[in-house]
Amino acid sequence: MILFYAMAIVLILSAIFVVTAAKPVYSVVGLLAHFAALAILYFSLSAEFLGVIQIIVYSGAILMLFLFVIALLSSGVAAFSEGPNRLPKIAYPAAGALAVLLGFLVFAAGKFHAAVPAASKAAVPPVGAANAFGSVADFGRALFTVDLLPFEITAFILMVAVIGVILLAGDATPYVPVRKRQRIVDQEMREAVIREGRH
Amino acid sequence: MPHADLLPVAIGNYIGLSLVIFCIGIAGVLLRRNPLIMLMSIELMWNAANLLFLAFSRAWLNNAGHIFAFLVITVAAAEAAIGLAIVVIVFRNAQNVDVDEVALLKG
Repeated sequence: MILFYAMAIVLILSAIFVVTAAKPVYSVVGLLAHFAALAILYFSLSAEFLGVIQIIVYSGAILMLFLFVIALLSSGVAAFSEGPNRLPKIAYPAAGALAVLLGFLVFAAGKFHAAVPAASKAAVPPVGAANAFGSVADFGRALFTVDLLPFEITAFILMVAVIGVILLAGDATPYVPVRKRQRIVDQEMREAVIREGRH
Repeated sequence: MPHADLLPVAIGNYIGLSLVIFCIGIAGVLLRRNPLIMLMSIELMWNAANLLFLAFSRAWLNNAGHIFAFLVITVAAAEAAIGLAIVVIVFRNAQNVDVDEVALLKG
């Protein structure tokens, strides 16, 4: 319980820091703290696998991607750190209305959930057992039996993302090793010399 | 609430926390004009949704929420990769980073 409130404070403060930070690098650091606190909350919800995935995928992969892009762009863009931060006038009422709508939806959902009968608690394996709720074995069994199709679609989504990124940001010219390129240049020069000699 | 005693705190606390983080993310997307910070705010929103998935999953002792959270993480990773690729190609030769100046498709 203390853990939840401590992590909630960390989560909210780091989220505010991410949004208000002056430079994107600071935002990444705030996001790192956010994800770490979130992973701790996931563990407290006995979602072991998701907690580990949160650290590996988010902190390890996505944040590193952000850092690489910041490092890549900062060299060419002088004013990258201080972007203008205008707020359209419509944003305040829109955000307020959205918060009210979300709160309403959430509480309506809570009422709906309360009306559903509870599952029997007898079938629950104890926490810490090999097949306990949220353990890797439990998650993996669900992922590879009942929810196999979503898992396969996941692979497809990632493949589309990889191909899309290569198409968008990749260099369109085919890759040629340096030595081979040099040989091609030499060959062309030699041919040019021969051609000029004939004339 | 089903299995309310299985959660560390009542489910309403998770709902409130998730709501607050989600609204901070919305504020980030609306307020900031730096594309990278906007993308990070979107990540905040993904994670707020994920937290709620896992909290309800725990409350119901049903790991469907875990599968959903797994899918959300995958889609978030794909979105981050493609979003960052777009940021790179749009701002590769720019002197200033402001998403309001990107209006090529505005018609």
